[in-house]
Amino acid sequence: MTDAISEAPRALEREAEKNDIRTRWLLATPAIVIIFLFATAPLFVMVVYSFLAPGDYGNVKWEFSLDGWTNVLVQRDIFDDTLMWADAHLSIFWRSLSLSVITTFLTLVFGVPTAWFIATQPPGRREVWLFLITVPFWTNLLVRTIAIQELIRAEGVINNTLLFVGLINAPIQMMFTDFAIAFGMTYVYLPLMVLPVYAAVEKLDFRLVEAAHDLYAGRWVAFRRVILPLIKPGIIAGSILVFIPSLGAYVTPRVLGGGKNLMFGNLIELQFGAGRNWPLGAALSLMLMAAVMVSLIYYVRVTSREQSDG
Amino acid sequence: MPRPEDCCLSRAPSCKLIEKPSVMQDTGMQQETGNMDSTETSRPSAGDTAIDVVRVSKIFPGDPEVRALDDVSVAIRRNEFFTLLGPSGCGKTTLLRLIAGFEPPSMGSLRLRDKDISRLPPNRRPINTVFQNYALFPHMSVAQNIAFGLEMLGKPRDEIAATVDEMLKLVQMEALKNRRTSEISGGQQQRVALARALAPHPEVLLLDEPLSALDLKLRKEMQIELKRLQNETGITFIFVTHDQEEALTMSDRVAVMSAGKILQIGAPREIYEAPAERFVANFIGESNFLDAELAGDTVRLKAGGSFRVAVPDGVAAGPVSVLLRPEHASVRIGEPGPEELPVQIENVVYSGDATVAHLRLSTGEAVKARMPNAPGVAPLSSGAKGAAMGIAPGGITVLKD
Ligand SMILES: Nc1ncnc2c1ncn2[C@@H]1O[C@H](COP(=O)(O)OP(=O)(O)OP(=O)(O)O)[C@@H](O)[C@H]1O
Ligand SMILES: [Mg+2]
Repeated sequence: MTDAISEAPRALEREAEKNDIRTRWLLATPAIVIIFLFATAPLFVMVVYSFLAPGDYGNVKWEFSLDGWTNVLVQRDIFDDTLMWADAHLSIFWRSLSLSVITTFLTLVFGVPTAWFIATQPPGRREVWLFLITVPFWTNLLVRTIAIQELIRAEGVINNTLLFVGLINAPIQMMFTDFAIAFGMTYVYLPLMVLPVYAAVEKLDFRLVEAAHDLYAGRWVAFRRVILPLIKPGIIAGSILVFIPSLGAYVTPRVLGGGKNLMFGNLIELQFGAGRNWPLGAALSLMLMAAVMVSLIYYVRVTSREQSDG
Repeated sequence: MPRPEDCCLSRAPSCKLIEKPSVMQDTGMQQETGNMDSTETSRPSAGDTAIDVVRVSKIFPGDPEVRALDDVSVAIRRNEFFTLLGPSGCGKTTLLRLIAGFEPPSMGSLRLRDKDISRLPPNRRPINTVFQNYALFPHMSVAQNIAFGLEMLGKPRDEIAATVDEMLKLVQMEALKNRRTSEISGGQQQRVALARALAPHPEVLLLDEPLSALDLKLRKEMQIELKRLQNETGITFIFVTHDQEEALTMSDRVAVMSAGKILQIGAPREIYEAPAERFVANFIGESNFLDAELAGDTVRLKAGGSFRVAVPDGVAAGPVSVLLRPEHASVRIGEPGPEELPVQIENVVYSGDATVAHLRLSTGEAVKARMPNAPGVAPLSSGAKGAAMGIAPGGITVLKD
C-alpha cells in the first residue's frame, strides 16, 4: 500500500526528469548549431585546405599535397629548385611575436593604472569613465587607425606641435615603423586590458590592503604582495585578450606599417590575396592558432601550479 | 579549543610576561580640560600611558557631514585591557581606525608613549589590528598570513619561522598551518587573525568586535583565551564591543560611547555601580529610573523614603533622577517598615536562579526587583496587594543627566 503510493510519484518524477533532459537538449540546439557552423566547420575547412594544392588563380586544387605545410618553413628557389629556409616567414613571425609582447606590456603599463583609477572612483563616476573607455568600440577600427595616422604622420598633429614648440627641427618619421604599429595596437587593445582589470580591482577587498599596511607593508610592498596577487586573474585575462588578437592583427599593421613591416596577419592575408597560395595561408593560420594554444596551455599550467602552491 | 586549564601549557616562551601592578595607580581619568598645555605638563604618569587620545574629532564630509568623533579624549594605560563599548554607529570603529592610522583625525592629536603619531602612516605605527571581518589574506596559507608582518619588519628567516611556530602554538593552530584561510572555520580564522596581529609583538593591539561572528560557546572560550593572551604578552589591548557583558567581564577599564562622545570611563564596577549618566546606566545592565528630590546628600524618592547618597559633581539640589538596579531591590508580602516602600506586585517571573518581580510604586512608577532564589523561601504570588519593597544600602545612585 505504502509502496504503491510512493511508486506513483517516483514514476512521475522520472517522467518529468526525462522531459526535462529533452527540453534542455532542445534549448541547447541553437547554441550547438552555431558553435558547429561558426567555429568548428571553418576550422575543419582550414585543415582540409592546408593539405591541398594551390589553384592557379587562388582557391585550391583538390589533390593532396604537403606543400602548404612545408612552405611554412622552406621555400623552393624559383631558378634552381633548391630548398632554403623561409627566412621571411620566420622574421615576420618573430616580429609579430615581439610586437604582440610589446603591445601587451604597454597595455599593462597604461591599462592597470587606468583600471585602478576608475575602480577607486565613487560609484556614480565609475560608469562615466567606463563609458568613455568603451566609446572607441563603437567606431570602425579602420577609421580609428586612420585617425592615429593623422596624429603621427610627418605633417600630423604630433610633429606639427613639436615643430611649432621648437623641440625638433625636422619631423620625426613615425609612420611605417614598428613604433607606429605598437602605438596603434596599444591604443586599439587598451580597453580589452582595462575592462577585466577593472573588474578585478572593483572586487578587491580594500580592507586587505589596510591589513597589509597595518602589518608594516609600505605602498609598494602592499601592492606587490597583496594587491597584485589578488587582481592577477584580471591581469591574466586582460593579457590574453590583448595578446591573442595582437598576434593576428591585420588592419593596424597594414595601415600604420605601410605594407612594409608585415605582421603574421598580413602574411596570411597575402597568401589568400596576391600570393594565391591558399594552402600555405591555411597552414600559416593553423600554425598561429597552435602557437596561441600552446602558450595559453602553458600559461594556465603555470598559474594553476602557482595556485596550488599557495 | 583550549580549556582555561590548558592556558599555561601553551604559553609562548618568548612572550614577555609582564606582571600587572595589582593595584592600578589611580591617576584619574585625565579628562582633558580646555587647556591642552596644562594637561601636558601636569600629567603625572606619562610613562604609564600607552595611547593618548587628545581632543580628537573626526568629521566625514558629506551632506550632511558626519561627526563620527566629537572631542574625544582618553588615556589608555600600558598593559591595559581597555574596552570601547557603545551602540552601533557611536564611533568605536572610527576611533580604532584613527589609532591604527587608516584615517587622520580632523582635529586633535594621538600620542603613543608621548610621541605624536597623528601623521604617521599605519605601517610605521607599532600597532596591529584584529579586523572585524578578520581580513586574512586569501592567497596565503595560515602560516604565511602570520609571517607577513614579521617579513615586512625584515626579520631574519629563522626568527620568522620560530615566531610563527610559537604563534601557531599560542592559538593552537599548528595542525592547520598550511591550510588556506578560506578552508578553515570562522573561529579558526579569528585565531589566525589574532596570531597574525600578535606575531610582530606590537605595543598596542586593536580588536574590532573580534568575537561578534562566533557562536555563544566559542565566544565564551575566546573571551577567556583573549584575556589569557593579554596577560601573557603584556600588550595593551583596545577592544571594541557592543556587548556589555563582554565588556564588563574582560576589561580593566571600559569607555562607554554614544554619538561620537565618550560618556564615562572607568573600571567595570564603577561603570556598573556608579554610572554617571542615564545613558550609561541604561546601556549597561538593567535599570529602574525613579524621580526624586535631592537636598544636601539626601535624596527623597517621590514614592517615599529617604536615602543618603554620594552626590556626583555638577548635580544641584532639586529634582533629580536616580538609578535603582533590580538586584538592589527586594520585595516581601506585608506592611512596609520605615525604610521600605509600599508597592503592588504586578507580575512575577521565575527564571531559575532568580525571581523577577514587576512592581508598581504608589506614584505609578514601574520597578523591577530581582531576587536570588534560595531554598525555603516562599514564592511570591502576582497580584498580591500590601507588599513592601526594600532597597539595599547604597542601592540608590544619583544620575547626572
Ligand atoms: N567613511 C565614512 N564616511 C562617512 N561616514 C562614516 C564613515 N565611516 C563611518 N561613518 C559614520 O560615522 C559614524 C560612526 O561609525 P563607526 O563605524 O565608527 O561606528 P561603530 O561604533 O563602529 O558602529 P558598529 O558597532 O555598528 O560597528 C556612523 O554614523 C557612520 O555612519
Ligand atoms: Mg564598528
